[in-house]
Amino acid sequence: MKKTVVISALAAALACVGVAGPAWADPVDEQLVIDGETMITRAKAPEGHPFDEVLSGWLFRTVETRALETDSFTNPGMLEVEEGEAIWNKVEGSAGKSCASCHGDAAESMKGIGAHYPKWDAEAKRPINIELQINKCREQNMGAEPYDFDKGGQKQLTAYIKRQALGEPVSIDLSQGDLQSWWEKGKDLYYTRTGQLNLSCASCHEANMGKMIRADHLSQGQINGFPTYRLKNAGLVSVHNRFRGCIRDTRASFPKAFSDELMALEVYVTWRGSGLSVETPAVRQ
Amino acid sequence: MRWAKLLATMAVASAFAGASCGISVAADVAPGDVQFTDDGVAVSLTGVAGNPEEGASVFKDRKLGNCLACHANSAMSKELFHGDVGPALDGVADRWDVAQLRAIVTDSKKGLSEDTVMPGFYSLNVGAHLDEKFAGKTILSAQQVEDVVAYLATLKE
Ligand code: HEC
Ligand code: HEC
Ligand code: HEC
Repeated sequence: MKKTVVISALAAALACVGVAGPAWADPVDEQLVIDGETMITRAKAPEGHPFDEVLSGWLFRTVETRALETDSFTNPGMLEVEEGEAIWNKVEGSAGKSCASCHGDAAESMKGIGAHYPKWDAEAKRPINIELQINKCREQNMGAEPYDFDKGGQKQLTAYIKRQALGEPVSIDLSQGDLQSWWEKGKDLYYTRTGQLNLSCASCHEANMGKMIRADHLSQGQINGFPTYRLKNAGLVSVHNRFRGCIRDTRASFPKAFSDELMALEVYVTWRGSGLSVETPAVRQ
Repeated sequence: MRWAKLLATMAVASAFAGASCGISVAADVAPGDVQFTDDGVAVSLTGVAGNPEEGASVFKDRKLGNCLACHANSAMSKELFHGDVGPALDGVADRWDVAQLRAIVTDSKKGLSEDTVMPGFYSLNVGAHLDEKFAGKTILSAQQVEDVVAYLATLKE
């Protein structure tokens, strides 16, 4: 008898959580401190941004998920960052070099770098992100094969490089090369409704930011924490994988990783998170 | 570890792989032929009365209506996690009649407003780059729409 009462009270409480909505679903008003360093999780939006304030996805996660990110020892993504460090020091390719052979200690040579990608690649005449820069160095400087998307150690090495920018506010220089026109293209894509469900990125991450979509608390869809550690995948997830997942969820076909479409989207979405600290590897549900 | 990852990925993938059941039968009004008027969609899409119990299961099924993704519904308080992208549907039948509800569920872009985020459940007016698995298919079949409408008609306060 007692048990039934407890259970139904619990069910009612849970139902309330679902129905109560906004009050419960507001992004939290809390500070993210990682290993003693305070992160910027709320920043004044750049001019022309649809929001006044740019918010880290961390503010939208549950108390348990948020806690995991606050300490290198509890962050399950840090194991893969360590794998990235091992790759950094590993000799590969015909030139007999490792990343460290040229770049030395990443804590110095890569400090803050990850906060300012994508950059303009003048040779390729298109934007370059960390993953593509790694491939470029592997091919041109090491005589090694480029990594296939999400394979080899791409996510781990990317996360290791981005971790060296922990806390650094995201900013990209759109005046480089043609980056501005890629930004425009990315913006178009952001507002294009796709798939059978006929939704754009903005339908969820702008028009309904802060709302609950079934069990998920909709954030601004920021990428300052990528590659992120997703509890659901029990591993690191790359930006392009996340983009593809969100597009697929609209029941649309999704572009290839590093395609013009996804690079444009990365440029634009990075800009939407201007001012937020790099949180890599962020922990998400 | 690898397997755990793979399984997790597969579970996620299959959650969205639920292909449409919206293959229409000859007697159904085709998606492009549904007549919308100021009063909604007056004529049944199938001529067969909707079954509210079926409608309730289509409503909560994540691969079919998945209406709870965006709407709370106190009549389904046993189901975990109700979204709040759209309004709660408690008492929705007091606000809209059957023809209006049919219009909203069939094609919300016509039944509600052009810029609503609610998907059109019996419409081929879809977004760009449609996954070919869903080409020519609607999210729900005509009968499933009728069933959902019959269920919504029971939501009175
Ligand atoms: C033979 C020397 C050499 C090796 C080995 C090498 N790089 Fe580089 N790397 C360079 C040079 C030179 C540049 C700057 C010019 C350019 O962008 O190509 C550079 C640039 C970079 C940058 C961009 C830094 C910035 O300021 O934006 C990153 C990131 C990088 N390398 C990562 C790596 C990684 C990861 C590896 C190992 C997989 C690696 N590099 C291996 C020579 C090397
Ligand atoms: C149907 C709604 C929906 C659409 C459309 C959608 N997303 Fe998402 N997205 C989600 C949900 C739910 C999550 C997980 C919760 C959250 O962070 O919002 C998410 C998460 C993300 C994240 C991770 C955020 C973080 O903090 O780690 C990014 C980045 C993202 N989305 C980008 C996009 C982009 C870019 C598009 C358009 C191509 C898009 N989304 C379209 C629902 C959507
Ligand atoms: C992606 C989110 C989404 C999904 C999924 C969704 N809706 Fe909606 N619905 C909305 C929004 C948002 C509105 C409010 C109209 C507006 O402002 O766009 C709405 C409005 C409605 C209304 C009018 C409510 C009123 O009181 O005015 C009804 C009825 C309705 N939806 C039924 C359904 C049914 C039935 C399903 C499932 C078959 C469903 N919706 C699925 C987002 C959604």
